[in-house]
Amino acid sequence: MIDIQGLDVVFGHGKNVFHAVRDVSLRVEKGQSFGLVGESGSGKTTVLRALAGILERVARVSGAMTVADETLLRHRSQSFRRRVQMVFQDPFGSLHPRHTVDTILSEPARVHKLDRIEERVVQALEEVGLDASFRFRYPHQISGGQRQRVSVARALITGPEIILLDEPTSALDVSVQAEVLNLLMRLKREHGLTYILVSHNLAVVAHMCESLSVMQNGAVVETMSVQQLREHSSTMPYTQQLLTASLGYDRTAIDAFEEFG
Amino acid sequence: MTTEATLRGWLLAEIPQSKLQARCQRVFIGWLDFKRNPIAMIGLLIIVGLVAIATLAPWITTSNGLELHLADRLKPPGSEHWFGTDELGRDILDRIIWGSRITLYIVALVSIIVVPIGLLIGTVAGYMGGWVDTVLMRLTDIFLAFPRLILAMALVAVLGRGLENAVLAIALTTWSPFARIARAEALTIRNSEFILAAQMQGISTVGILVRHVTPLCMSSVTVRLTLDMAGIILTAAGLGFLGLGAQPPTPEWGAMISLGRQYLIDQWWVPTIPGIAILVVSLGFNLLGDGLRDVLDPKSGN
Amino acid sequence: MTDSALLRVEDLHVTYNTPTGLVRAVSGVSFELGREKLGIVGESGSGKSQTGRAILGLTATGGTVSASRLEFKGTNLLNASERTMRQIRGRGISMIMQDPKYSLNPVMTVGYQIEEALLVHNRTSKRVARERTYEMLRAVKIREPERVYRAYPHEVSGGMGQRIMIAMMMIPEPDIIIADEPTSALDVTVQLQVLAVLDDMISERGMGLIFISHDLNLIASFCDRILIMYDGRVVEECTAAELDRAQHPYTQGLVNCLPRLDGGQDELPVLKRDPSWLTTPGATR
Repeated sequence: MIDIQGLDVVFGHGKNVFHAVRDVSLRVEKGQSFGLVGESGSGKTTVLRALAGILERVARVSGAMTVADETLLRHRSQSFRRRVQMVFQDPFGSLHPRHTVDTILSEPARVHKLDRIEERVVQALEEVGLDASFRFRYPHQISGGQRQRVSVARALITGPEIILLDEPTSALDVSVQAEVLNLLMRLKREHGLTYILVSHNLAVVAHMCESLSVMQNGAVVETMSVQQLREHSSTMPYTQQLLTASLGYDRTAIDAFEEFG
Repeated sequence: MTTEATLRGWLLAEIPQSKLQARCQRVFIGWLDFKRNPIAMIGLLIIVGLVAIATLAPWITTSNGLELHLADRLKPPGSEHWFGTDELGRDILDRIIWGSRITLYIVALVSIIVVPIGLLIGTVAGYMGGWVDTVLMRLTDIFLAFPRLILAMALVAVLGRGLENAVLAIALTTWSPFARIARAEALTIRNSEFILAAQMQGISTVGILVRHVTPLCMSSVTVRLTLDMAGIILTAAGLGFLGLGAQPPTPEWGAMISLGRQYLIDQWWVPTIPGIAILVVSLGFNLLGDGLRDVLDPKSGN
Repeated sequence: MTDSALLRVEDLHVTYNTPTGLVRAVSGVSFELGREKLGIVGESGSGKSQTGRAILGLTATGGTVSASRLEFKGTNLLNASERTMRQIRGRGISMIMQDPKYSLNPVMTVGYQIEEALLVHNRTSKRVARERTYEMLRAVKIREPERVYRAYPHEVSGGMGQRIMIAMMMIPEPDIIIADEPTSALDVTVQLQVLAVLDDMISERGMGLIFISHDLNLIASFCDRILIMYDGRVVEECTAAELDRAQHPYTQGLVNCLPRLDGGQDELPVLKRDPSWLTTPGATR
């Protein structure tokens, strides 16, 4: 379904050149949930955005990317934009502060010239567990969890096949996170979606995904299944260290931490 | 009484039923905020007064302010002529009232020209970046560098005297700061996630600029416009004073000062009254602008 | 209820008067802190940060603080004069905040800021202050103290910035440190390294720590005792080891709704908020 080969992303010019992503390759099958894990600066979000085609103005992107047998060119097609959607990390930042929920949800439908827009909006709100009374509210009038649901609803409006999730629950309270993760799982089952989930939280990735890639400093350190992750059968020291750190505070284990790159 | 109650209920409803209602609610809340500032309300009152006087001019004046009555010239303020008469016997109060229309005309015309140009250039420059930004900003810098009155004078010298040309000249010297403001806002938001989301949806650059970027510039631009208004009126008055703007017998306030200045010592009311009018209106716009800024400033939340 | 308690808080209330009515940020929180690591866990709006600030008298304007007892080593903090509070802040009780980007002054060098923290409470010469600063930077595992001393906050990484904050807050040798989400802005490995530094210093100096966070796992593995807060009150108090056997349904819900690395659940149990939690009196030991 999704195939990335040799992706490179470079920001800046001359002396300020920054290689955010180096030679990254990954494959995601249809209906799969694939995780991209890493710490800050690992390039995981950049990979997602490169795939989404929203980096063209600010970076040089090279490499071969194919989505559902469509080779991705510099300018994404309308059909790509309908089939691939994204949910962003910051629930407040990803909704336009001056647009009502209704405007936010109907805009993608309008852009793709879909019919029965009002129906679709109400239906999308229902699917994410919000009732129609939310339609004409502004983002600052609703909670973080509700905003993230609106983000998910926006991603569903065009009837996509693939949803790219950029740390969708990192900014949410733990109890709200559980609700949103459950929502995402249900939607995936009901609509047969394919996910790529970016997160720094190994537990979230282990819960949501079947396989994952660990990234560090712009490169893929290791690709494995979640099962292998759980069994601690990783061979790479970086992954092992990440895993240990995810389990919580352990004074003796911390002494063994290395500095990578 | 009941319609007012229903309106209030509609504006304070928990759940807005339409985009119009949601928008009106936001404006209403902003208005409640604005009302709490007495100084801003004074500014608003002055401007509303100005509009009222200009609209009602045909009904509240006793003459058209243009006919000569040489027998009545230079009469001091009294019961028959509340502000006295000028050197050609025309009632000054009437001329002030008719002149308010001209002031409003100048204000409106300049705004209509300056805001769209400033927004267009600023948002495009800020959002696109790169050489587009450089070219547009250097263009803006050129206009910014000229002292307003001098450039206005030069333009009027080329285009000829008259109120419209004066307005055009003022507009050309006023748009630059708005472009800068719009560009600053566009720069701030262009990497926001909601802009990325819009790109993700396949919305065209024009669509993003018009529906996403511009609405967020409106607050700053509106505040700047009201604060600049005083300067615009004064420049128009200055041009009028120099004889480059409205031509006699048009009762433009600046021209009135110019023609009346020789009478300042003995018949003080002839140039002073129009001067006070300019002062009051400029002050009104300033106070209004300050109040708007307090309400619209994003830091105070919305 | 022991004499060795450094801090005693009884029935703490923090309320704000807003245009939309009275907001009770903290409603009746009570606890004691000895020479131990106490964690306060809660979601947003639980009042955990407000509790920390109230202890130091740093509640924002418009907020009213009241308590039947708020004592630090016998000194009543409630009616203490501003002068007394200034002496206690830094020297007696210190606070580490979340993001060093915002809590370090960007126009002063790191060294200057740490020295200042020391000199406010101790009359020593500049030379001695500089030596102590280097010592402190080394104690927080910063390898080149001289270079960092001369650096500005924007020139150092997040993890280093937070360690600098620790150095700054530790140098006047306080008895209690209140850490409000001190590592939330950091990567997980750096987070643990910074906490290890804090851990060592606290045990060496026999200090008390109040660790405020939303991260239940982290607090359970780092702290000795835990307070769970919900809507301004303490709903549970237990030792870190006992967290699995938590009594209150909110705590249980919180523990259960976390996705687990070794879990294979299809659906995470969702926290159902019971309105009765708001009215039943808070837990006490």
